Amino acid sequence: MKLRKFLLVLFFYSLIFSNSYSIEPDVFVQSTVNRASNILSKNISKEDKINELMVIAKETVDISGVGFYSLGSVRKTLDENQKIKYLELFESYFLKSFSSRLAEYTNPEIEVWGKKVLNENYTIVNSLLVGTSDRPEVKIDWRIYTKNPDNPLIRDLIIEGLSLARTQKEEFSSILNSNDGDINILFKTLEEFSNN
Amino acid sequence: MFKKLILITAIFLFSAFNANAGSDDELILKKNQPNEVKDCFENLNRATFAFNQALDGILFQPVASAYRVLPSPIKTGVSNSLDNLSTLVTIPNNILQGEIKKAGINSGRFVINTTVGILGFIDIAQHLGFPEYEKEDYGQSLATMGVGPGCYLVLPVLGPSTIRDATASAASLVGGDAWYNVTVLNDTQHFSDFDYYASRVTSGINFRAKNYDAIENLEKNSIDFYASVKSLYLQDRQQKILNTNKIIETQDDSDWEEIETQ
Repeated sequence: MKLRKFLLVLFFYSLIFSNSYSIEPDVFVQSTVNRASNILSKNISKEDKINELMVIAKETVDISGVGFYSLGSVRKTLDENQKIKYLELFESYFLKSFSSRLAEYTNPEIEVWGKKVLNENYTIVNSLLVGTSDRPEVKIDWRIYTKNPDNPLIRDLIIEGLSLARTQKEEFSSILNSNDGDINILFKTLEEFSNN
Repeated sequence: MFKKLILITAIFLFSAFNANAGSDDELILKKNQPNEVKDCFENLNRATFAFNQALDGILFQPVASAYRVLPSPIKTGVSNSLDNLSTLVTIPNNILQGEIKKAGINSGRFVINTTVGILGFIDIAQHLGFPEYEKEDYGQSLATMGVGPGCYLVLPVLGPSTIRDATASAASLVGGDAWYNVTVLNDTQHFSDFDYYASRVTSGINFRAKNYDAIENLEKNSIDFYASVKSLYLQDRQQKILNTNKIIETQDDSDWEEIETQ
């Protein structure tokens, strides 16, 4: 009897525990945006802003996933060492590019207004960058990877219908096509970008 | 003039009949996928792109930079006027795409904005609750008839295009654009060639000014700026052809599905 009670209590605890960390994708986006917004409105140097934005990007973006997506079908041809090297170079490139782009904005106001679950792995979250006298309002949609609901991650930003991940993928593809598919040229290009 | 219009209509109908049942959304979507569009003239395109960038640095960027400091109501008014002129190309294309209701709405929008809205400077129609304005052109009409984009093309000064879109834009020069007809094509007493070309140049500056930061940012953070612009242009065209704001319709999910990092 005691054992049954214990098991029952344990079962309910595990049920509550398993649900307690599940984060809704729209809440996740709004919280990420608020964190970034706080940094961008701080009275600190641009370099400090970039460094703080990089911390947020590391926590909230699936950098490896975006990296493999950007490579397209070429990713299937890489050996393990090349994959490790690529992901290392891609992370540096991505963090620099992503943070520099965001750091240009001062005090952006983003309102999350909806979401659409595509399947168990993906939800699209809809938001709006509120317009100012200097710029029109901009629709921003977020592709959120939800395979692990406790740890949702950003995989793409779709600005006014234009996917940044897709643009990046076609950029990488262009570099590979112009150089007979030589992955080392792409490695070199990523390295140069990160070091400049 | 009438002959030319008949000729344009015949070309469009011919294209439509040759579209081999390709007018459903799925086929149009597939035909206009950015990665399906071949860059047959890449070397020439890259050279033209470099020329356009140089021209931008000398002319458009500085002028757009100065234009940006104008008061907001003036910029909005200029933008509204240009949109109003563009409805003269949108309306015939609404009809070509079988969207008669939209053609009616846009005709109403044009009349109201041109008269009450002082030559389109104020978007009165929007305040009256007209639906959001969607520009249409002859390239989009051909696409909805099932004509594929052909090769990617960079035009001097005008920028990114495709064989289909560049060819279709010629329709505006042979009677398909009422604004061109009353300014350049026909000798009217009210307008001159200058009015047309001034509106086109202003349109370019307006676009550059609206996207000033985005373009600077993209150029600075791209490892292949040419490829980025090409991708963004083709994605934008695909979206406009489908007339959709639902981004999931234009996103290709297949490549994402294989990537598992969790």
